[in-house]
Amino acid sequence: MKIIKFLIEKEFKQMFRNPLIPRMIVMYPIMVLLVFPWAVSFEVKNIKIDVVDHGKSVYSKRLIDKMAASKYFILHDTPPDYKSAMFNMENGDTDMIVEIPATFDKDIVKDKNSKVRVAVNSVNGTQGLLGSNYIMQIVNDFSSELRAELINTLPPQQRASLMSIPQVDIIPKYKYNPGLDYKNFMIPGFMVLLLTLICGILPALNIVMEKESGTINQINVTPVNRIAFILAKLIPFWIVGLVVMIISVFTAYLLYGLWPTGSILAVLISAVVFILSISGFGLIISNYSETLQQASFLVMFFILILILLGGMFTPVSGMPSWAQLIAAINPFSYLTETLRMIYLNGSTLADVSGKLLAMALIALFLNGWAVLSYKKRG
Amino acid sequence: MRKKVIEVSNLTKKFGNFTAVDHITFDVDEGEIFGFLGANGAGKTTAMQMLCGISMPTAGEGRVAGYDIIKENELIKRNIGYMSQKFSLYEDLKVWENIRLFGGIYGLSEKEIADKTDELLKRLDFEQERDTLVKYLPLGWKQKLAFSVAIFHEPKIVFLDEPTGGVDPAMRRQFWEMIYDAADRGITVFVTTHYMDEAEYCNRVSIMVDGHIEALDSPAALRQQFNTDSMDEVFRKLARKAERF
Repeated sequence: MKIIKFLIEKEFKQMFRNPLIPRMIVMYPIMVLLVFPWAVSFEVKNIKIDVVDHGKSVYSKRLIDKMAASKYFILHDTPPDYKSAMFNMENGDTDMIVEIPATFDKDIVKDKNSKVRVAVNSVNGTQGLLGSNYIMQIVNDFSSELRAELINTLPPQQRASLMSIPQVDIIPKYKYNPGLDYKNFMIPGFMVLLLTLICGILPALNIVMEKESGTINQINVTPVNRIAFILAKLIPFWIVGLVVMIISVFTAYLLYGLWPTGSILAVLISAVVFILSISGFGLIISNYSETLQQASFLVMFFILILILLGGMFTPVSGMPSWAQLIAAINPFSYLTETLRMIYLNGSTLADVSGKLLAMALIALFLNGWAVLSYKKRG
Repeated sequence: MRKKVIEVSNLTKKFGNFTAVDHITFDVDEGEIFGFLGANGAGKTTAMQMLCGISMPTAGEGRVAGYDIIKENELIKRNIGYMSQKFSLYEDLKVWENIRLFGGIYGLSEKEIADKTDELLKRLDFEQERDTLVKYLPLGWKQKLAFSVAIFHEPKIVFLDEPTGGVDPAMRRQFWEMIYDAADRGITVFVTTHYMDEAEYCNRVSIMVDGHIEALDSPAALRQQFNTDSMDEVFRKLARKAERF
């Protein structure tokens, strides 16, 4: 095992003689964390809305003002009828139509009940769902307001009897991410993404590059132990990954004031276990590839699967059962969840130990495979 | 009777339907310079890779440096050096770093590596190139370095696959002096070449045609057998029989 020192020394010399890699290790996390948290967000804002107001009454005016005042909506147009509003939607100029009937005021005053029609463009499902939810919330608020006003105009006796009617309100309290800030949710995910790209792709290209240059032959005729060879490939990426993680943690703190509410030690330890698994995975790809082209194609393909099924963008709990099965062996989904728990829920090392163990088993399996798939004799 | 360091019988390697090496049988004595000749594609490199334990034979058996080539290939590797046809030291490492790496892999200590590196660079008159990246060396120097690295750990046998391909005549001469030097120190040399003048430098040569060994003897005996006065002519007479390529 003494020879592993010589092999690791060689890997580091080669890495730092590469004109690109050392710069990438520093710049990549900073650039990704600087740009993407702003752009990649599920927040639905600035929904364009057309209001068809047939009554043009006091109440309808108040409702429209209330919608326009919301940060979620932009009042795009007030067309005379539903047909022209629909025309706007079909042209993609507006996302949502609210139609207020001519009898709106009268219905409210006389029947104490009125209806508003809402049509949402649901091509983008998230926007459709959230948009209609927001509208419903605004309309509900508006009707509560009206009810309060009307109750106040009644004689005291009647008012008391109305007040005694039970009413249930839901008042959500947003725990762990009180501002509902998507950035806080996405940044831990971007950290996992960075580690996956750097510590997954570089090892995948590493051994295959030795195959292309022929140096692997010179190594294969030596008595070098397969485990030592694979470990010597793994350890440098381990250290590189740790550096990337530390840079990411500080970048997130400096740019967004985001610091783990749980244990920072737990963040680093889970990152370290994850890096081992993803680098092992890269080495397997490298062992099975004959050319750089094959290796890069394969690693891109698999990393895409790991990310899309890894719960960074869409919750794993909402996926079909086969995808959840993949998530159960996907180190990406373990680290995404772990980091979110530590960053947002304040989890400690003990809280995430189950996931750490799972990741460690995956790492052991993948690296065992990497050793076995490295063949010194063809 | 001299000790045999390489003994193989019926060694065969097939790639699908193609038989690269077809039942070859030969042996090499300790301390010998053994020339392994053959046209391009005759199967020399494949045969050599089987002997070095980096290619699995399809059939046949053999022993190299006293170890079985099928089962004990990792033990063989402790006792051999190998220089491949394609230059395969690390181009992005410096001269001393390549020497240090392979010295370390063969289990030499820091002290041994440092002393032997100094001595080697002095002997090659290479001291001013110690810190040069290997990719900046001219081909002849690369080959000398590759050979020196291959025998740095004092193996019993060194395998050289076309070590002088593309090298100028003066440098080839120097290279063969290094080979003789190694042989004098007791290292068995197994070498392939396309230069028939180099074949004359060998104690014995074998000539491979289409995966078979067609002739095996000392250069003088072969010339006599084929009734000619040059190895060139011997080679041409045999290679003419080739049907492959």
